[in-house]
Amino acid sequence: MIEFTLWDIVRNLLLATRWTVLLSLAAFVGGAVVGMAVLFLRISRNKWSRRLASGYIALFQGTPLLMQLFLMFFGLPMLGLRIEPWTAAVLGLTFFASAYLAEIWRSGVDALPLGQWDAGASLGLHYLQELRLIILPQAFAITRAPTVGFLVQLIKSTALTSIIGFEELVRTSNAINNATFEPFKVYGLVALIFFVMCFPLTQYARRLEKRASAI
Amino acid sequence: MAFGWLPGAVSDIAHGAATTILLIAVTTLAETLLSILGAAGRRNGPALLRHAIAWYVEVMRNTPFLVQLFFIFFGLPSLGIRLDPILAAMLAMTLNMAAYTIEIVGAGLDAVPHGQTEAALALGLRPRQVFIKIVLPQALKVIYPALTSQIVIMMLESAVVSQIAVRELTYEADMLQARTFRSFETYFVVTLVYLALSMALRRLLVTGGRRALGAGVS
Repeated sequence: MIEFTLWDIVRNLLLATRWTVLLSLAAFVGGAVVGMAVLFLRISRNKWSRRLASGYIALFQGTPLLMQLFLMFFGLPMLGLRIEPWTAAVLGLTFFASAYLAEIWRSGVDALPLGQWDAGASLGLHYLQELRLIILPQAFAITRAPTVGFLVQLIKSTALTSIIGFEELVRTSNAINNATFEPFKVYGLVALIFFVMCFPLTQYARRLEKRASAI
Repeated sequence: MAFGWLPGAVSDIAHGAATTILLIAVTTLAETLLSILGAAGRRNGPALLRHAIAWYVEVMRNTPFLVQLFFIFFGLPSLGIRLDPILAAMLAMTLNMAAYTIEIVGAGLDAVPHGQTEAALALGLRPRQVFIKIVLPQALKVIYPALTSQIVIMMLESAVVSQIAVRELTYEADMLQARTFRSFETYFVVTLVYLALSMALRRLLVTGGRRALGAGVS
């Protein structure tokens, strides 16, 4: 039997943390891109686009993320795509993130006075120009705190991808725990690593929130 | 896509859904009580307690629920605390959710104007009566919508407790797909069940809240 020192455990966990970080970033960037598309539909002037986007958001916010990941993992191969846990994890979290980000940003767009749209139109701006130059910059600015808050949620959500077999922090810790039989120490360390990643972001979100309410 | 297995699976799915409902019902009751105590303690308790609660909230909010669950289920036995899977799940869900609702309840308590307390004290109510009869009902009314969505979120997150073999909805789905080899179809059906559960739960909480608290919930 191999003996694991504390350093062995920590080193392996830190190596696995890279994947957690990478997955979080990929899902956040992907979620932002898809979320923008959903946002455009959600605030569109076409009733059916709005309904479609609302349905999309309600679907992802009304079902467990674990189920969404399972459906990705087992569903894509049925379409003839070969799929690895990494692909299913990134795609699953991307769609999950897109629904939440679209909803957060939509609240920002809704919070703007209608006069902003009117002012843009009176300057002769096209709909897309209005969005790009006037509406979206303001909407993003006032929703910065909840966006960062959601990033924290997303980082924590990557833990679920261990269940579909993606080798990130939690899956690695399960393996280490099976070898060392020291769950208290191993899961304690995992919790600590997540805390170190998330706590600064939470503090940052709180600072943004304070600054926003001070204005 | 094939759904021939579905008629034979209905009772398993129903059983799993019932366990999920039981989990969230117990959690909601325990967690509401805990968060009221926590929020009150954070405002009026001794400094040590206030700091302890603040740290508790931070730790729970900045670590994944799955890790908390594993820590409680696999880690606590090494301290001599051995829990049934279902008890461990209820404990983990309660502790996790309380961290969010302590903040929510706290915001509600802050939203009640101080004049309410002063008026109640002037009427000769004891401090505890003031809290329970005057401040708390008004606070709950304010925060009810936020509490409702937190309950729904926790119900969805409870899918994770299948990982410690609690026989709830996701666990039944795992068992079904292992038997039928129809993974996608199984999870598809169970996802729809979750969707229906979350919609029904929200509807129930909104109607119930309106009746019990007269809260303006939408």
